[in-house]
Amino acid sequence: MKTSNLNLNVTRIRAVVGKEIRDYRRNRFIASTMAITPILFMIAPIVTIFSLPADAASQKLDAGIGVSLLYLTLIPALVPAVVSSYTIVGEREQGTLEPVLTTPLRREELLLGKALAAYIPTLVISYAMYGIFLACVGLFAHPNVADDIFQTGRILAQVLFTPLLAAWSIWAGIAISTRANDVRVAQQLSTLISLPPLAITSLIGFGVLAPTPRLAVVLGAALLLVDIAAGRFVARLFDRERLLTGSKA
Amino acid sequence: MNAERSTGPALVVERLTKRFGERTAFSDVSFTVDYGEVFGFLGPNGAGKTTTVRTLGTLIAPSSGTASVAGLPLGPDNGVAIRSRIAVMPEAPGLYLRLSVAENLAYFAGLYELTDRSERIGRALKSVGLENRADDLCRSLSKGLRQRVGLARALLTDPQVLFLDEPTSGLDPVAAREVHELIDALRKRGVTIFLTTHRLAEAERLCDRVGILNTTLRTIGRPDELRDRLFSKSIELRTRSPLADPEHVLAGLPGCESWSRAEDGTYVLAVTDPDVAAPAAARAVLAAGADLLALTPTRHSLEDVYLQMIDSDVEAEQR
Repeated sequence: MKTSNLNLNVTRIRAVVGKEIRDYRRNRFIASTMAITPILFMIAPIVTIFSLPADAASQKLDAGIGVSLLYLTLIPALVPAVVSSYTIVGEREQGTLEPVLTTPLRREELLLGKALAAYIPTLVISYAMYGIFLACVGLFAHPNVADDIFQTGRILAQVLFTPLLAAWSIWAGIAISTRANDVRVAQQLSTLISLPPLAITSLIGFGVLAPTPRLAVVLGAALLLVDIAAGRFVARLFDRERLLTGSKA
Repeated sequence: MNAERSTGPALVVERLTKRFGERTAFSDVSFTVDYGEVFGFLGPNGAGKTTTVRTLGTLIAPSSGTASVAGLPLGPDNGVAIRSRIAVMPEAPGLYLRLSVAENLAYFAGLYELTDRSERIGRALKSVGLENRADDLCRSLSKGLRQRVGLARALLTDPQVLFLDEPTSGLDPVAAREVHELIDALRKRGVTIFLTTHRLAEAERLCDRVGILNTTLRTIGRPDELRDRLFSKSIELRTRSPLADPEHVLAGLPGCESWSRAEDGTYVLAVTDPDVAAPAAARAVLAAGADLLALTPTRHSLEDVYLQMIDSDVEAEQR
């Protein structure tokens, strides 16, 4: 039996990830949500950036860039919200949760597998969109605007916060999914709860906080701690008995 | 994957109780099931059958009492080990409808860490007669076929104990018969099966022993034992026309305890031994000059036993 230091079984986690991703690919609603949402959130910032005049005042330039980057940070927050909120309550509604719980799979393995299955495509999509955005800016935007966007602090913030925001959104979605009795309610709540951490990136994007590498690292570390705590909290929320019978153990 | 079979019974349940707040799902339940046995767990809806399966399957914790499942004591520390040794097929098979039959099984093979997955999947599908449907999406299968896939999934690991919760619930008679045949084949292979059902003919046909649960375990034993325990043996005797003096003809026959009139020309004799009482009754009727049309032992079914137990519970509740 292959186990990690946390006593988690890699084979079982891999099985959950594989099944989830296969299931997403066959689900038109999920596949289209994951494909269309990021494209919409990338088009808006590109239009904003290209509409900025070359001689724009520094304040206006910062605001315009801030809005653009905010759109991009919405991608890792919103893309996994729908998927992660479906993970547990969706299986409950389909009647597939009970057979899975009768296997040797631990709750931590199930949750981690489900989280990774949402996390991996989210990161791929988010970084791909950011890469396309940077390429468009580098190729077509005015050099003044491009210089501002290519600041190390901004890029570092985007690169660093993308996985952290995605992790927050996923754990929040799974937490809601373990407690909700209805998929639609879970999806609405997950979308809402994925947004608060965006306040930090918004403050950086709008220039309220100076986008220094140090600030990015400090805030990133804080969000990382929140994500780790959220993961543990979700594992505690997962109560087999309540999920199967509606009654608390 | 599956651990070596433990010695001793497959299931030992002692005074097991499960409460959800004020509501008692089942109470003070004790029984044992040996390896290779097919044990039927009967009871009306809400009797606690599914909760018992979920408790023994480590999905929910008992409120009190003890149990050992496949040789391991039931408890939070043994959850993973017990689930590695058993398989549970819930009432609804719970398949991923967008995945194919083989993909569904492959997922569970991964969860059980099976190494020879293709071989196991092939064998499980063959045992339920679905080897040609491996690539079909589960959403395209009928309810009966989905139930078979659920059974194949439960057989992937060669479990030490197989829990089947209402496996024919909602199936049409043909699909139900197919599932019966599969269970019968498993029984012949020596698989230990814990079968919950409220289909009494199913239990009577498939089970070595049955327990009747109605929150508490009302009775337990082989179907024929339960019949003998609850009902006195009897034979039914039918003549062309009513006997002129039945008391004179039927009272005091060897092996016969009492008699009663069922309808015109039909009499029921309560007997201690039908093999002794039946020839004596035939001789007495013929000696009285009557035409004997039929002489048949009365058979009580498991359904009679079940209804007797459940009806007495209902009457007790009404009192």
